[in-house]
Order: sequence, then structure tokens, then C-alpha cells
Amino acid sequence: MAADKPIPESPSQTAGPYVHIGCMPNYSGIEGVYPGDIGNRMVTAQTQGERIRIRGYIYDGDGAPLTDAVIETWQADAAGLHPSPEETRGDADAEFSGWGRQPCDPETGEFSFDTIKPGQVPYPDGRPQAPHITLWIVARGINVGLHTRLYFDDEAAGNAEDPILSRVEPSQRVKTLIAKSAGDGCFRFDIHLQGADETVFFDI
Amino acid sequence: MNDAAGRRGYIPRDRDWHPPALAPAYKSSRLRSPQQPLLSLPTTLSEATGPVFGHTLLGPQDDDLIHNYAAAGESALGPRILVHGRLRDQTGHGVAGALIEVWQANAGGRYRHRNEGYLAPLDPNFGGCGRCLTDAQGYYRFTSVQPAPYPWPNGPNSWRPAHIHFSLFGPAFAQRLITQMYFEGDPLIWLCPIVNAIPRREAVESLIARLDMDATLPMDMLAWRFDITLRGRDQTLFENRTEGL
Repeated sequence: MAADKPIPESPSQTAGPYVHIGCMPNYSGIEGVYPGDIGNRMVTAQTQGERIRIRGYIYDGDGAPLTDAVIETWQADAAGLHPSPEETRGDADAEFSGWGRQPCDPETGEFSFDTIKPGQVPYPDGRPQAPHITLWIVARGINVGLHTRLYFDDEAAGNAEDPILSRVEPSQRVKTLIAKSAGDGCFRFDIHLQGADETVFFDI
Repeated sequence: MNDAAGRRGYIPRDRDWHPPALAPAYKSSRLRSPQQPLLSLPTTLSEATGPVFGHTLLGPQDDDLIHNYAAAGESALGPRILVHGRLRDQTGHGVAGALIEVWQANAGGRYRHRNEGYLAPLDPNFGGCGRCLTDAQGYYRFTSVQPAPYPWPNGPNSWRPAHIHFSLFGPAFAQRLITQMYFEGDPLIWLCPIVNAIPRREAVESLIARLDMDATLPMDMLAWRFDITLRGRDQTLFENRTEGL
């Protein structure tokens, strides 16, 4: 039965410091329950597209890297298609999951994703969006998971026309959403939860 | 707002219903809460789509935390419980085929985690993780042992109420949610700064599972009912969402 007025969404609660138990038990040392941790491998040898590696840190308001966070990523394939029933423009690459999940290193805080450069996805009005990856960050101390986007510094023309980047105010904050190429397909993307370089987070 | 293909966007999150990013009594939120306002976006295909998980993912004991880490012939210690309910969206429709991941402390209040050092012992037969998929109507169920409350380093004498963590996937990444389920009657619920970060009492009450004697398995396990609501699509016609900060 459909409701007349929207039912309230269940309120969020922090993922807490032990999120790894539920989301990546093998990584957390709980072996033998699941054969592997979902989301830890996005590409196969047959995946279409340019291989890239994203690396970075999540910094708190004191500039210390988070060592207990988990990041999820969601992105289109190299042709801009998603492996989802909602995707009506064509069939996405069956060799690409589109979804990743990685921990921050418990000692250093660095995170790393091996994926492919995504294609273009349309904005609701049909304009192209620049290639981007959606990120979702959960951790102790984060009451509602944080959504942001990663764009690429070698897509300057697309970024300049992107309908979402063009709405970021002040425009100097756009740089918090741009991953920097470090050569050899590697991109650096650091996330700042607070401070002068605070990353733009979205209410999507 | 509808997109060029006629899809409706998702109802914006009610940020007065969710806990704010900064809840000073929950000390960990102080340095981890963004200070700038969130930038509101319309739902694009990047958020209207999301990963899909199928039954091939699941093993036969994934939804049985009593046994899924236990040695052969053994089982986890503690009160045996069945947790069940319905996953629906804000329009009241069941969310079918949704992956639910759960994790929890054992019956002594101890997590199996490298950063955890509480006095209570580990249970060699309890790992603390499980998962299931909702059925065609959005119903889910798993079995476990009742987790205990435990102390944590927030204030000088802070205790978490007994709880189970839930990670929920809807068809859209915009619906992604992690929350916690509490148990009816636990007096610690109303003393917890993580719970009390939620501004409204009725919102907290929506996270409290109810004892469900009708679903209890006699001489076996008590049942707890916990319904969960994910974001839904905006049903209002001709309404354009206010965009911008």
C-alpha cells in the first residue's frame, strides 16, 4: 500500500569504529564466514577502459588522517553506463562492477581504489556531466554517511562545463573535488572533513 | 525533478530528522563533522543507480550469526534471537532484493576487532557479521544472539545500549544508509549520546525493535521486529525541487 505522505526515512547512525566487521570481515580478520569481501575488486582483465588507481587520505579537523573509515565508490563504466535496472541507455560492461569498497589503512590512513576512468553520464536535463566517481564515507564520528564526488584534473574542458561543478560556491572550492594526476594512471584525491580545504559534500 | 527520461528524483533527506553532523556530546563528531553546508543536487543517473547483489552472493549460513563462525557442532553463546522486519521506501513500497549487512558485539558486549579491548571475553564461536537479501515484498530475517551493552571512551562513564548495526542498499546509491537497531525496553537507549544526536524522540523510536511474540519460535528463540525505511522517489507531480545551497 502506498503512503499518501512520505514515511520518514530511518534515521542514520554512525557506522562506528567496528564497521569493518560487517562490511569487510575478511579484512578485519574474521575469515571463513564469507568467501571474500564484496567491493574490493572492481575490474577484471576483460574490463573495458583505462585503468586508474585512486589514492588519498581523509583528514579530520586537526589534520590527522582517519585510520578507521570505510569508503564506497559508485561510477559508470568506460561508456558512461551503470550496471543497474535503472540504466535505460544500454548494457553496461559485464566485466565491471561499478561499485567499490575500501578501508583506510589502519596505520597510515591511506586508501586506494583500482578502477577505470568512467565515461560521461547525463545530467537530468541531458547535458553531459564530466567523468566523475561518487564517494560515500562512513566512520566513527560521522553521523550520516558523507557523499562527495571525484573529478579528474585531466578533464579540464569537461569540468569547466560540468553542471554540478558550476554550482559550487565559492568556485575556489571546486578544487576540493578534483583528483590530481600523479602519472602512470594514478590520481591523488585527499578529503578534508573540516578546515580551509574542507571538501564539498553533497546532499544528493 | 524529473529527468529527460521522465524519472523522478529522490525525496531530499530531512536533515532535521537525521542526526546533525556535529553532535558535541558525541565527542568523535567534533573533528569529523563538515562545517560548510551540504550542496544540494538533483538526482542524476549517478545517484539513481546503484549496485545490485544477487542470491549467488549468499552462503547458506550468512543469515545465521549463531552458527556462521562457530566450529562444527558448536554455536555462539547468549540468548538466541530472530530479527525480522520489512524494508520499505518512503512511499510504503517494499524494497525487494536489497542487501542488508549486519554486525554486532557478542553476548558479553565484546566485538571481534583489533581496536577493541573490553574486558568481556571473545566467544570463539561468534564472529559478529551476517547478511541477507530482502524478499519480493521487502521482508528480511536473520538469527543471532542478543548483543550486550558495553562501555566506551566518550564520557567518564559512557555505555552503549545493546544494538545491531545495519548497512542497507536500495536500488539507488542515493538511498545508501547505515544505522543501528536498538531493543525495546533498554534503559541505556535514552542515555546514549550517539542515540541522542537524533533530535526527535519519534525518530529514535523508529530505531527500536519491538518484541514480537507472534514470531517467536517456542522453546527456541525470541523474535524482534524492526522495520526500516529507505528514501523514496518524489511522488509529487510538477514540483521542481529548490536547488542550490
